[in-house]
Amino acid sequence: MSWFKKPKQKLSSEQKKELPEDVWDKCDECGEILYSRRLAENRYVCPECDHHFRIPAAGHIDNLTDDGLEEEFDLELSSADPLDFEDSRPYPKRIRQAEEDVGPGDAVRTGRGEIDGRSVHVGAMDFRFIGGSMGSVVGEKVRRLATSALDAGDPLIIVSASGGARMQEGILSLMQMAKTAAALEQIDEAGLPYVSILTHPTTGGVTASYAMLGDVILAEPGALIGFAGPRVIKQTIGQDLPEGFQRSEFLLEHGMIDRIVPRPEMKEAVSLLLHHMT
Amino acid sequence: MAFDAEEKFEELRERISDLKETAEERGIDMSDQIRELRDRLESEREQAYEDLSRYDRVKLARDQDRPFTLDYVEHLFDDWVELHGDRRYGDDGAIVGGWATFRGRSVMVIGQQRGRDMEENLKRNFGSPHPEGYRKAGRLMELAEKFGKPVITMVDTQGAYPGIGAEERGQAEAIAANLKRMAGLRTPLVTCVIGEGGSGGALGIAVADRVLMMENAIYSVISPEGCAAILWRSRDEAGKAAEALKVTAPDLLELGVIDEIVPEPGGGAHADPEAAAGALDQVLGDHLEEVADRDPEELVEERREKFYAMGAWEEKEPPDGARLDR
Ligand SMILES: [Zn+2]
Repeated sequence: MSWFKKPKQKLSSEQKKELPEDVWDKCDECGEILYSRRLAENRYVCPECDHHFRIPAAGHIDNLTDDGLEEEFDLELSSADPLDFEDSRPYPKRIRQAEEDVGPGDAVRTGRGEIDGRSVHVGAMDFRFIGGSMGSVVGEKVRRLATSALDAGDPLIIVSASGGARMQEGILSLMQMAKTAAALEQIDEAGLPYVSILTHPTTGGVTASYAMLGDVILAEPGALIGFAGPRVIKQTIGQDLPEGFQRSEFLLEHGMIDRIVPRPEMKEAVSLLLHHMT
Repeated sequence: MAFDAEEKFEELRERISDLKETAEERGIDMSDQIRELRDRLESEREQAYEDLSRYDRVKLARDQDRPFTLDYVEHLFDDWVELHGDRRYGDDGAIVGGWATFRGRSVMVIGQQRGRDMEENLKRNFGSPHPEGYRKAGRLMELAEKFGKPVITMVDTQGAYPGIGAEERGQAEAIAANLKRMAGLRTPLVTCVIGEGGSGGALGIAVADRVLMMENAIYSVISPEGCAAILWRSRDEAGKAAEALKVTAPDLLELGVIDEIVPEPGGGAHADPEAAAGALDQVLGDHLEEVADRDPEELVEERREKFYAMGAWEEKEPPDGARLDR
């Protein structure tokens, strides 16, 4: 998949057409062999089984907006190492490695773009960057995105994909939950719409802050969404978890999200919501 | 005694009581020797507590004999009226709340509550709240806001409960909603972490104008055991994780996350709960005085700025071709 091989580039529709016919991928879910071009055209959703492949931040932004970001925000922000944290390797090394593998900007890319000609502020998380974990940079970028939306009077859209708070920044990561929630309180007060889009997986501190605070919450099909991870829950209660537990469909059934929307229809769904909410 | 640092002082304690007995039996004055031993016990103990490792403090923070929320309620407040239920699903015993009088002022007190025996722990779910606990807390905060009364919260939880029902009823949403609610609450909020501040489950009642911490309390993004299991692949490395995570009150003061440390008596809060309550009374009272009569709009703005300022990052030029807007 080109997004993974060339993570630093956004995949425009022109580039997708350039993918040769004979490059193929295998679906992790159903095992079907798929032509990469066909997969890209279908927004990395398996045409056979509807499995949503995990895609980078740039992919979600491309999927939602008319023509990508008109302006990207705060790309220069990079994680510091406030705790001098070291486990099997020092935290700064982890960061450098992630920046090399995934690109700059930490686990969220933010900016301003358009959806069907309407100006929006949009953020998308990248699970490949240390599990999409939220440290100071993610929290600060989301906060600044919200503040900028507030100044511009723009709707806010955030696509989440995260394993939770980033342990390596300790308590400062936890405080980003308060920071982002406070920023969304301002969006709310200002009467601006916020659409939260949940993708696989969205758990922990991100779920327990901005991901669950949308005026409308949409989810991709089959995404794992929860506060605690399934492994921790299983360990705590000492029993197996029910089939489909913590998946998008489970959350819809329990009243925790508004709609499940397949990725190829996401832009249209958001656009229609913004039509009603602006 | 749940905490092993106390064991080494047992011998000294025994010698003191032996001396007292001897003095009484024989009718002789041994008060000088007794005083000397007492002083020695006190100073050795103080030193021992100063030298605690971070994981020692984790164990101390979790000690079953430490004062819990309702113990402080009893010591610090009058006219306590406990209020129950989230008006949605149930009443969570892991979070208690209600009206009380503090220094002549009506306040809303909300805190996580642990239990000391099995029966109470079942009722309190070991201090790990379900969504209905956070929703009860949120309801009580709004009640306080309606009447312009300050909110005092006490944090003491391993974390929000990770269970099937908790997920079904929206644990994440319940916490997130509280974070947003507290960020915009138009009434003063003062928090004290009295024991363990376990992750989002702690923060869910702790977005406040002033955040205090008892000297031996801890506050962390993840439990040292949980962190060790992930990063060191063994829960036994919790000591290393606690050091790396920097979870103690002095750590958090340095990181700019808390405003003041409430000193505990020698040997910790459980050694002398009344002294601990007295110290909390003093520090809590001072901070509440400072925010209690402030303009609510100004308070909300300052609270927001306080949390906006938290975090650490650097700036550097992104590589060519990395921008999405080119
Ligand atoms: Zn498939």
